[in-house]
Amino acid sequence: MLGRCGATTLDDLYADVPDALRLKEPYRLPAPMSEPELERYFADIASQNRRLLCFAGAGFYNHYTPAAIPSLMARSEFLTAYTPYQPEISQGTLQYIFEYQSMMAELTGLDISNASMYDGATATAEAMLMAVNSVRKKRRILVASTVAPAVQQVLATYAAGPGITIEVIPEDGGVTDRTAFEAMLGAGDVAGVIVSQPNYYGIVEDYDGWADTCHSSKALLIMNCHASTLGALRSPGEWGADIACGEAQSLGMPLNYGGPYLGYLCCRENLIRKMPGRIVGATTDAEGRRSFVLTLQAREQHIRRQKATSNICSNQGIMTLHAAFYLALMGAEGLRKVNTLSYNAAHALADALCDTGMMRLKYPDKPFFNEFAIETIEPLSADALLAACLKKGILAGVRLSDSSILVAATEMNSPADIALCAETVKSLKS
Amino acid sequence: MNKALYSNLVFDLSRKGCTGYSLPHYDYGKAAGELPENLRRQTPPSLPEIDEPSAVRHYTNSSNNNFGVDTGFYPLGSCTMKYNPKINEAAVAMAGIAPLHPLQPVETVQGALRVYRTLEKALSEIGGMAEFTLNPFAGAHGEYTGLMVIRRYHMARGDEARRRVIVPDSAHGTNPASAAMAGFDIVEVKSMPDGTVDIADLDSKLDETIAAVMMTNPNTVGMFEKGIPEIAEMVHKAGALLYYDGANLNPMLGIARPGDMGFDVMHINLHKTFSTPHGGGGPGAGPVGVRAGLEEYLPNPRVSELPDGTLAIDFGADAFGRVGAWLGNFTVYIKAFAYILSLGSENLMRVGPLATLNANYIMHSLSDLYEQPIAGPCKHEFVFDGLRDKSTGVTTLHVAKALLDYGFHAPTIYFPLLFHESLMIEPTETESRPTLDAFIATMRKIALEASAEPDTVKNAPYTTPISHPDEDEAALNPVVTYRQLCAKQI
Repeated sequence: MLGRCGATTLDDLYADVPDALRLKEPYRLPAPMSEPELERYFADIASQNRRLLCFAGAGFYNHYTPAAIPSLMARSEFLTAYTPYQPEISQGTLQYIFEYQSMMAELTGLDISNASMYDGATATAEAMLMAVNSVRKKRRILVASTVAPAVQQVLATYAAGPGITIEVIPEDGGVTDRTAFEAMLGAGDVAGVIVSQPNYYGIVEDYDGWADTCHSSKALLIMNCHASTLGALRSPGEWGADIACGEAQSLGMPLNYGGPYLGYLCCRENLIRKMPGRIVGATTDAEGRRSFVLTLQAREQHIRRQKATSNICSNQGIMTLHAAFYLALMGAEGLRKVNTLSYNAAHALADALCDTGMMRLKYPDKPFFNEFAIETIEPLSADALLAACLKKGILAGVRLSDSSILVAATEMNSPADIALCAETVKSLKS
Repeated sequence: MNKALYSNLVFDLSRKGCTGYSLPHYDYGKAAGELPENLRRQTPPSLPEIDEPSAVRHYTNSSNNNFGVDTGFYPLGSCTMKYNPKINEAAVAMAGIAPLHPLQPVETVQGALRVYRTLEKALSEIGGMAEFTLNPFAGAHGEYTGLMVIRRYHMARGDEARRRVIVPDSAHGTNPASAAMAGFDIVEVKSMPDGTVDIADLDSKLDETIAAVMMTNPNTVGMFEKGIPEIAEMVHKAGALLYYDGANLNPMLGIARPGDMGFDVMHINLHKTFSTPHGGGGPGAGPVGVRAGLEEYLPNPRVSELPDGTLAIDFGADAFGRVGAWLGNFTVYIKAFAYILSLGSENLMRVGPLATLNANYIMHSLSDLYEQPIAGPCKHEFVFDGLRDKSTGVTTLHVAKALLDYGFHAPTIYFPLLFHESLMIEPTETESRPTLDAFIATMRKIALEASAEPDTVKNAPYTTPISHPDEDEAALNPVVTYRQLCAKQI
């Protein structure tokens, strides 16, 4: 092979690399490991991870993964394929992305979905950029303070480049303050308003009339929603929102210590040419067969370079297969059941925790879904509660303050799990 | 791969009342009150109704219309489609990651954090950098992250006038797009006839408004930028930083480190160089490394090591911000880490040279029939400017499509933009000589056929599940959901 290349050694092929730059010794990394050794290595890693009985949410939920999904996602025809730039040999990938787009449009009640963003936070940041790019010369974005803190931090990061001013709409009793929102919008120059549903505290907010208010100021309404709850809650389309975005991990994706998850981004048809990322469209081939291709690529970085709607290239790819397969197996009925079970589990847990006499709901008069903010009553503190539960292998929630935590439940939590959690709290009474 | 089209969508298979889920019938005791009516969904989403066996067959049949690295040779330039060892996938299951909630206490996720920290250190060694963040989700996201580090660095020095980034005209499209998202204006620098950066042109554009120069080395035509020590000196002298687009890192493994070349900030595509599967477009991972002095600007959250060896999560005050909800596409790190451990130092040293050998072998075996615009040994990839015989009207697109009939994926086409008929080939080190020879023979056959019977090549492919989809129609009248498709009756 070297001979054909006109070389005698491999080094000859690197004659153009200045000697001063060449590595003089091997990488300071371990010697090769065989598969049995790797197995031991990762078993040791696993022994340093602890599986807990999960009542934590805060944007990431422990829902069930139908067994069929990992089995199909491992098919290497899907897994080892590149982006479907050659539609003739990529109909498999293109079909499932098209299915995913269709299902997300259904769930959000909007017209269009793209082929995924990285996660819920970056999807929301891209939604913000879409709003600024589609409303001329407006640079203000209003974000409800009830949007998850991590999402707000990513928004602030993405706002810096294009010089967007983000202003936070204050909360009142766990929900977005409508009067403040209207006053801030009335000050003018607002391109978009970002709210979440359910909000960070698990509360289902009432956005009746918000879309009209936004539209009368020529601002877009952007809703950040947990994908699974879209099966039960009034959809962004039904609220009149222009863009829906957020985390689709709740569609049965394993928690996997933070990823890969799936950011979704949907919008009304008039915004399609402002959409970032890949979009799959239907067409016909030379023989009239229904075919799928990547489309509207003139929006994307490989064509438009710095004028593209976004820099995104690789997205979450095969996670859209997970979402499409999940939604197909569940159907509207299964999704409704998952939501009912999660809702009932969370309400039973809230009741059980309050019944201990050591905790009370932080926002007792607000409707919540599968997650709620709850306060500890002195002398119990959030840290003491979390630590005691952890000893029993229970992740009781996510700490909000010295005296409050955020607790979630799903269909994975049995009545016995809920009783165990409440009993553990009760045992702290002494 | 099944060459007959499996044309169903899962919606087409929907039958009323069918379900594919298995859910518990828990009774939580006292019934929870219902949500107020106006907060509930008014109309149910129109989702398929399908049983599990039908759904499994649907996706299995659909997968048979797909071509992956496991199906065949994938010489897609700049994409580094190397084989993805199965042990990497198995390692994810072994590591006990699946049930870990991102916000569970650090003492219960020490194994996960150990993977993050050890991989971060391994990448620092390979990149010649001081420290990495693994948080970015993909290569372009890494570019954005790296540029935000640079932006933060200049601002911290009170050097606010640096609002422009220099990008070569041969750069990946993500480079200028990422710079724009980070708030920079783009200045393009020309390429020389051999594809390398025009140093005189670069010099003339460097001034006190330049924040960074983005380069990939080898560049997108597969040539090593020999002038890199001089370029690094010029860039630093002008007060700017040098950014390394790690998309082309593979041929440098075992040869040279970006840090030693003078780069200040870099990203690595784990889904390219470190063999994690591309998943039909993702998930990837785009870790970003920085030289000493820039660590504090890396995004939050960070994984750090305490004096007693335990690992913690930090939120640094000087970080430029946050690029995702948590620590990124975590399982991708496990796969890349398993790859690094299984190759070990000695085999990682051989990756670059073998990838380069494979590329040169193909280039030399075809350059009598395909136009090679740049002389000299290439690195991991090279570009042909179409067929030598231009009289037939057979274009790069035709050659690419003809390859599909022979069971090969097409090379990257019409990129870089330096040539009209770019055909960019990257074989990677994981391909055997018989595979390379079979590909060469096919490329030669297509070239000869192009001269003898051009129309035969122009009308390819013939044997793929679909042929010549109408892409103009797709863009002109977009149909992007099943609901729209039913309305249009495609």
